[in-house]
Amino acid sequence: MQIFANPNRFFQIADRAMPVLWVATLVAFVVALYFAFFNSPADYQQGETVRIMYVHVPSASLALFVYVLMAVASAMALIFRHPLADAAAKAAAPLGAAFCFLALVTGSIWGKPMWGTWWVWDARLTSMFVLMLLYLGYMAVWRAFDDPHRAASLARIVALVGVINIPIVKFSVNWWNTLHQPASIVRAGGPAIDKSILWPLGMMFMAFTLLFISTHLVALKNEVRARKIRAEKLKSMGNS
Amino acid sequence: MIAFTAILKRDIILGLRQGGGAGAALAFMLSVLVLIPLALGPDQNLLRRLAPGIMWLALLLAVLLTSERIFQLDYEDGTLDALVGISLPLELVTLAKALAHWLAVGLPLAIIAPLLGILINIDTTALPILMLSMILGSLSLSLLASIGGAITAGLRRGGLLVALLILPLYVPVLVFGVSATSAETGPTGSFSSLLVQVAITMVSLVVQPWASAAALRAYFR
Amino acid sequence: MTLTATNLACERNGRTVFSNLSFTIRSGQCAELRGPNGAGKSSLLRVIAGLVPTAAGTLSCDIQHLHFIAHQDAMKSAMTVKENLLFWCDVLGGTDIATALNAFNLNGLENDPVQLLSAGQRRRLTLSRLFLAKRPLWLLDEPMTALDATTQELLRDHMRVHLRGGGMVLAATHGDLGVKPDQVIALGAMP
Repeated sequence: MQIFANPNRFFQIADRAMPVLWVATLVAFVVALYFAFFNSPADYQQGETVRIMYVHVPSASLALFVYVLMAVASAMALIFRHPLADAAAKAAAPLGAAFCFLALVTGSIWGKPMWGTWWVWDARLTSMFVLMLLYLGYMAVWRAFDDPHRAASLARIVALVGVINIPIVKFSVNWWNTLHQPASIVRAGGPAIDKSILWPLGMMFMAFTLLFISTHLVALKNEVRARKIRAEKLKSMGNS
Repeated sequence: MIAFTAILKRDIILGLRQGGGAGAALAFMLSVLVLIPLALGPDQNLLRRLAPGIMWLALLLAVLLTSERIFQLDYEDGTLDALVGISLPLELVTLAKALAHWLAVGLPLAIIAPLLGILINIDTTALPILMLSMILGSLSLSLLASIGGAITAGLRRGGLLVALLILPLYVPVLVFGVSATSAETGPTGSFSSLLVQVAITMVSLVVQPWASAAALRAYFR
Repeated sequence: MTLTATNLACERNGRTVFSNLSFTIRSGQCAELRGPNGAGKSSLLRVIAGLVPTAAGTLSCDIQHLHFIAHQDAMKSAMTVKENLLFWCDVLGGTDIATALNAFNLNGLENDPVQLLSAGQRRRLTLSRLFLAKRPLWLLDEPMTALDATTQELLRDHMRVHLRGGGMVLAATHGDLGVKPDQVIALGAMP
């Protein structure tokens, strides 16, 4: 955590790490996609469509992970009043929302051949949908207020209340799902995952996580720059 | 404690007397109720099956509609400025206001909504349990509404934002509220749904004072 | 009882409203706050009232509660004068509303809804909050606006009595306060 103590020092290190991160992301994607498309078996039931999983599962997990990360950053902003924590949470939100959107779209595309329809109110898709709404609400709070300090303090609360809400939503949607749709659609992960699928999936996880780290760093730097520009503008207005 | 009850009492009076409070929420509920058969068709069996869910949605939207005003008016007329400096902690101020919102808006609607369900052919044997679950659920609805209301207290047009913030929080309340009355669950299922509703209310009761007060403090920094 | 500000600064929206402000108000003293629009008079009062944080410097104050009367009246138009006063009396920890009603001649208006009051009557109602509970420090933002000559004189009398009893007054004003201030705190427009 010491590394975050000084924003300038943090960005010096981040600038040096950036090229390495981008190369690593690229390599990870090339390797993972090769395995996903050419070096993993098609499912005996689902055929080639199973490959959607390699995008769907990592983006869904990241969507959830990024929200938790946002909440942790918000809690740190609340407790330690660190200037970078709010910026980190703010920068993460659109990325998390993008992963969430990707998970919803790929889930829907996957659903067409599996369920015969684009959308099924399956427990996982539904809670993903609610997560998307949480992201949109969080981002809307940042845009709704002119005063960035006020927006930051309010966004923290939204993120923290949201993260309490996620497991409760998950629980209630599962309950609701078993109530309305008997086990035919709930596949509960299906049969145990074979190693031949697990490896490519793991690599896709790596690639997605690297992609998030790289884009998040860029977004964070942009956020800090935007703040600097704002501060400069205010200063020059005060002098004129 | 005197301050707590004073705030509670005043907000109930205002909720019942001021425009846009409990009366407007009830009128809104009635207009939703008219639209439902027009949208779904007058099929009595269909309406009977959907009635508990429809009434829950109407209750939820009516409470949501009034949430924006919980803190906004007090923010605009300087009441909040004066309430910040008193000896009662801001957390309890917000709790008093949330409870007043429940007593003035949520609770009356929760009692009236099941009865209005008769207009859409609701199963009358399910009425007592629906009313019970709505009374329980409306308390969490008011508490959560207060969080959204506090976050948007200083926004002139916070209505859409408040909806976007609160509706995801309403998902569990809705699910267990409806499942308490759903025919598929049976009596034991109803009972456990009600228990979960109690749990959700408890969580809201713990989170609400902290979240609302923290949100209001953001307006004083 | 003293209120001491040392090198106080205030920031709103990232802009410095005032900085390096130091003053001391002692028991029984009246301070007049002067300055052009936007100099931060209201901001300073809000800082002392604890509604805005200090950006720099310190504010030491050995009293816990104070009265802050600003432009907004914090009265509900759907309730009567009596209901409003009773509410603030309970909230502020006062004992009765009789003193407050007498202070600005609101007797006879108790049962009128606030929405029917004239601007001047409403202003008197706002000021009567000062007498619901005893507070050593009065923060007044433009207290003389919308008051007729009689009421202005009434308020001056109340302020003198309050000061004689060891109270403190900090009033922001453009015009003449009418009470001889012990000091004038001048806020200039920021360069």
